[in-house]
Amino acid sequence: MHQYRLEKISKVFGRRQIAVDGVDLEVERGERVALIGPSGAGKTTLFRMLNCTLRPTAGKLWINGDAVSDLHGKRLRSVRRKIGTIYQQHNLVPRLRVVHNVLSGNLGSWSTLRSLASLLRPQGLEMAYRALRQVGIEEKIFHRTDELSGGQQQRVAIARVLVQDPEVILADEPVSSVDPSLATAIVRLLLDISQNTHKTLLMNLHSVDLALAYFPRVIGIKDGKAVFDRSPDKISDELLEELYSGHLPDSQENGLIDEESKSLIYQ
Amino acid sequence: MMRSPSLSSISRSEKSLFPCLFSLLFLVAFLDSWWRAGVRPFAFFEKEGREHLWKFLTGMFPPDLSWNFLSLMFYPALETIQISIMGTFIAVIVGFPLGILGTRTFSVGGVLNEAEVAGSLSRLALRWSSYTMARGILSLFRSIPEFVWAFMFVRAVGLGAFSGVLAIGVAYGGMLGKVYSEIFEGVNLRPLEALQSTGANRLQIFFYGWMPQALPNFVSYTLYRWECAVRASAILGLVGAGGLGTQIEISMRMFNFSEVLTILLILFLMVAAVDYISAKVRAIL
Amino acid sequence: MNGINPEIERPHIPWPSHESSGRPTLWTYCLLSGLLFLFAWSYQGSEIHLTQLFSREGGGQIVAYIKKLFPPDLSPDVLKEAFRGAIETFAISFMGTLLAVVIALSVVFFASRNLIYSGLLYEMEPKEGWRRAVRLIPYLSTKSLLNLLRTIPEMVWALIFVFLVGLGPFPGVLALGVHTGGVLGKLFGEVLEDVDQQPIESLQATGANRLQILFYAILPQVLPQFISYTLYRWEVNIRVAAVLGFVGAGGLGQRIHIAISLFFENQLLTLIIAIYILVTLVDYLSAYLRRKAT
Repeated sequence: MHQYRLEKISKVFGRRQIAVDGVDLEVERGERVALIGPSGAGKTTLFRMLNCTLRPTAGKLWINGDAVSDLHGKRLRSVRRKIGTIYQQHNLVPRLRVVHNVLSGNLGSWSTLRSLASLLRPQGLEMAYRALRQVGIEEKIFHRTDELSGGQQQRVAIARVLVQDPEVILADEPVSSVDPSLATAIVRLLLDISQNTHKTLLMNLHSVDLALAYFPRVIGIKDGKAVFDRSPDKISDELLEELYSGHLPDSQENGLIDEESKSLIYQ
Repeated sequence: MMRSPSLSSISRSEKSLFPCLFSLLFLVAFLDSWWRAGVRPFAFFEKEGREHLWKFLTGMFPPDLSWNFLSLMFYPALETIQISIMGTFIAVIVGFPLGILGTRTFSVGGVLNEAEVAGSLSRLALRWSSYTMARGILSLFRSIPEFVWAFMFVRAVGLGAFSGVLAIGVAYGGMLGKVYSEIFEGVNLRPLEALQSTGANRLQIFFYGWMPQALPNFVSYTLYRWECAVRASAILGLVGAGGLGTQIEISMRMFNFSEVLTILLILFLMVAAVDYISAKVRAIL
Repeated sequence: MNGINPEIERPHIPWPSHESSGRPTLWTYCLLSGLLFLFAWSYQGSEIHLTQLFSREGGGQIVAYIKKLFPPDLSPDVLKEAFRGAIETFAISFMGTLLAVVIALSVVFFASRNLIYSGLLYEMEPKEGWRRAVRLIPYLSTKSLLNLLRTIPEMVWALIFVFLVGLGPFPGVLALGVHTGGVLGKLFGEVLEDVDQQPIESLQATGANRLQILFYAILPQVLPQFISYTLYRWEVNIRVAAVLGFVGAGGLGQRIHIAISLFFENQLLTLIIAIYILVTLVDYLSAYLRRKAT
């Protein structure tokens, strides 16, 4: 039973905007996979389908052998609880204290009443502290989240994922808004966590170097399709050039599709 | 090669129908309203107007500060404050849930609802109807002036403070609800999406993501409404809904303007006090 | 199990000092308990018995009354009166708001600090005490005047003006105009005080006098805001105008008073529907114009 199985997954926005085009994918439990590709290639949209935020327009998606395309309500939430997501930015609620943001990883398993009570008096303080200690910023536990720097906030987001204790960690460009000096540390932190706890890790990366250096499996996405799926030693420079041809390899060109699809969703 | 546009071509393209149409309609409305409302700009220069004005001004000063009168006003003044507090409280109870349901990004739109409603027409319809109903109720509540609500309640449940409280609760509930949903819709949705990914349900997302972001505006506007409620409570007495209003009517009817002035001064002090308290509360946040 | 490393021993959690944490201070507790007390006192004092609302008595009375209201009286006479009342109410709110704008604009320049005695425009003035005091007088008196106009509710103004000029829609116009003039005066004053200093500075440097600065730098900035606030108040005013008639100031209010006094509940419902339609129309109109203005 695969952790993830995608069969001809597609997502179309509006009438004509094809963000993801017939992707087939299989990921095993505990695998560490990096996704690379130019901006606007559809990586974020793909992730959104993987964490059940968006429904695919076509194709089938299985998580742990369960078909998830049709879920809603409680069952949908229980599937989401098993997937931890780290976004590029805005992971956390700015006016909340760090402790609450970290403990919100529990929301999937707490009852509504308990989660409200926790806002008044944090439940599981030790757990939050340990998670923060693991990412190295435990002294900030009672600070307001918007007082932290970008890199620190990303680490709080990781702490939240630790508290949530999912089976899968999806990281959508987790280091693109972070100091390059910090980026490697954060990527390695996530890889360590994945290794030590046998969690599946899928990471969208802008930096090809990081992907090739640390991940045993790299998938290239271009124009909504998966153009290659192999280990780094089999990825040649020509292949990379193909992937990024017609696009700037850096984040200068913010893919129109990605921005537009984002705006379609955020309305 | 750019050709600089000629002056006449600029003005022609920039001229639109709207300013002309608007000015015309405005003029028509102005003239009609002037006539219809019986505007007499020189009313105070006419003999009768001047007489009345004089009687009024001389009658007002000095204000009636006798102990007799002041002690008479004590309880109605307190009652006014009580009505305003209870009324605002009920307004929050009414406006808060309806405001949440009437927030588009909570009920029907945006990334929070995409996966839930996709592929199921019935769920989408349910969400839409709750959204539309909530907005409809709020619109109904706030379009009918609290004065009208007040005398309907007086007719229904009798004279007294209770009617005033209900009237403010309903009318201000509509106003609060509408503004609440505007505040909620202005919130950054991305942290909410992150909360959603942990498997939280909508209420949890609401309290962890929406409220913290919206809190300052929320409290600020609620306090502002309370200030308005104090003034409104004073007035509702005119229809018998308790508070200072009844006293104002009595004094006016007896042409006892010094009493009227006193009551107005009391009202002024009350509003100032409420202003002070709400500023203090706002400072805490 | 958890991703959290169990090897980290029992943590020593750095409990924060009072300032850095959100832990409520003593002062906050006092304030909160004070508010709670205020609240409880209001509950018993306003004779409101929330249980009564749901009981047979209170809730039942409300339901019974609602039943009496339906169906609305749609006979041609009543409809005609409702229509005339609605137009009259519109006229009252329209003229009243215009009057308010006139009042507000005429005094607002005295009510903004930066136009009267401090700020950029006055940096180079001799700093003699008495000069400043002289300029302070119009400022303070204007602010107090606006305060006075604002605090007295429109209803009370309506009562006063009915006494002064008689019954009819005109006292309603005056009452609305005077009260809203105070409100707008304050709002306009705040807008003027918050105006962007840069254009003022640059114009001042070219040697423009104060009046020129007013028209070239200040007015263009504040006009959209002024229009926006005015339109907002119009939405409020249409509701007020609808009820001013209750004390004799014309419009739908007057007709409602009659319907209530004579126990014509069905007519009352018609008039209420008329108010609802009128208010909704004005709300839409106001929102539309506000969009156009900004």
